[in-house]
Amino acid sequence: MKLRIIVTLKNGVLDPQGKAIQNALGGLGFEGVEDVRAGKIFELEVADSTSDTAIDDMCRKLLANTVIENYRVEKL
Amino acid sequence: MKTAVIVFPGSNCDRDIAVALESVTGTTPHMVWHGDSELPEGLGLIALPGGFSYGDYLRCGAIAARSPVVQAVIEAAHRGTPVIGICNGFQVLTETGLLPGALMRNAGLDFICRDVPLVVDNSQSIFTSAYQAGEQLSIPVAHHDGNYFADAETLDRLEGEGRVAFRYAQNINGSARGIAGVMNAAGNVLGMMPHPERKIEAAHGGDDGRRLFEGLLAAVA
Repeated sequence: MKLRIIVTLKNGVLDPQGKAIQNALGGLGFEGVEDVRAGKIFELEVADSTSDTAIDDMCRKLLANTVIENYRVEKL
Repeated sequence: MKTAVIVFPGSNCDRDIAVALESVTGTTPHMVWHGDSELPEGLGLIALPGGFSYGDYLRCGAIAARSPVVQAVIEAAHRGTPVIGICNGFQVLTETGLLPGALMRNAGLDFICRDVPLVVDNSQSIFTSAYQAGEQLSIPVAHHDGNYFADAETLDRLEGEGRVAFRYAQNINGSARGIAGVMNAAGNVLGMMPHPERKIEAAHGGDDGRRLFEGLLAAVA
């Protein structure tokens, strides 16, 4: 089974990297970019028998830091 | 006092902290490799050094926090052994959950490497007993991800319980409430971004950092 896990910063957590990307887009002449938030995508190949609980544990224990990040899981 | 320095692949301040600890305690620290699962008995201090453990992969300190030896460090911390995490060591401690919050990219995006004025917020801890509250120190920083973040409720609790050890006199990296170092609720775990081990003798341009280790030695010996 293929999983795609998307990790994003929580609302209210400042994202200096996103801000720098936003500024760079503005510098390239793209107008109207009001906000940029940078995140991460993990693509996992796991055994079909992997439980949803185990997948959730992987996210909470390692892939995301839930102090600052949210995650969501897509099964492909 | 018997001490241990945990060495991860990518640590680069392990020798600095070992030299500082040996200079203050008169005893050579145990250098403990990240893959070890046991710590020496009877430690008075465990130090997690600065550097870029595991290449800062995933998040700074994230992989180190899941390494075998750090599970032993967490158990020792719960038993009351003093633990100090400096720079990357602070990032590791937040990733383990021993300390609240997280360290994010510096607000200005630059790597900052210079001496900074640091204010002692609480001089009642085992780590800060040789300082005066409100005293200003000069301690070097060298980090890219030192921007301390915690939610408002956590910050209020840290301040209310006297768990902020140090603040930047000028906020250099965007840290919430200028926080440079925090302690756990029991007061035996300190994480800080500045490097006290790099200011232990006159040849370093001052010994403001040395007093942290001297105070700790006096407090726990």
